Amino acid sequence: MIVARDDTLVIRNPDDVVRVRQEVRARAVAAGFGLVDQTKIVTAASELARNTLDYGGGGKARIEVVQNGARKGLRLTFEDQGPGIPDVELALKDGYTTGGGLGLGLSGARRLSNEFQIHSVVGEGTRVTIARWK
Amino acid sequence: MDRIPILKLGRALLVTVQVDMHDRLAMALEEDLSAKIVTTGARGVLIDISGLEIVDSFMGRMLDTIAAVSRLLDADTVVVGMRPAVAITLVELGLSLNGVKTALDVDRGMALITGDYGHASEGSEDLEDSDDRGEG
Repeated sequence: MIVARDDTLVIRNPDDVVRVRQEVRARAVAAGFGLVDQTKIVTAASELARNTLDYGGGGKARIEVVQNGARKGLRLTFEDQGPGIPDVELALKDGYTTGGGLGLGLSGARRLSNEFQIHSVVGEGTRVTIARWK
Repeated sequence: MDRIPILKLGRALLVTVQVDMHDRLAMALEEDLSAKIVTTGARGVLIDISGLEIVDSFMGRMLDTIAAVSRLLDADTVVVGMRPAVAITLVELGLSLNGVKTALDVDRGMALITGDYGHASEGSEDLEDSDDRGEG
């Protein structure tokens, strides 16, 4: 797999969540994603960026444009040094929330992506990686 | 602080959401709307989201909350102008906005609020009025 472009944005406040969305949109358009695919990856990015801010206390978003043979895609990694998630399986269930939201952030982002990985250590932080292919 | 303008349109209030809403802006809108429903006696709230490229669960929750509060104040909420790609994504996200009425555009949303379905049911077979998607 070739990484054609690699950007990292800081997530510290709600404006940064907006910036992440705009950047993901721009990369998706450049990669030739159709409108529905753009909307799905930008929405997933919005959910995960907000999680990073609200639950992780802020962190980073890495946006990679990747190519696997003829397939182009986007790989997004959201990383924080927050409290971590004690029970990842539970956190991935629809409707599970500790923050007063709808509890659709993680599970919804997973459904909107072709690939989804989560790594979380209590007391150290959380890293979520998603990919969507054109 | 920024606020989203609320326009009075007959017996309804019209809110056009074009910018990314932050928590504070969303909360201000909820408060402004509920106050205005009471002072104007509006029977409905139209929320035009045709300018939004995405609706995530944060925005979805705001729409649900506004609809629930308006209902308690005897006003219907109709979300109008949702883009097709946004609708597809919302369903996949798991957010079907069950508590919120939707309409394709402001005219149809207004008809839902005033109970005036005249354009759609009478008259000629206007192409624009020939489907029944998005309502209810």
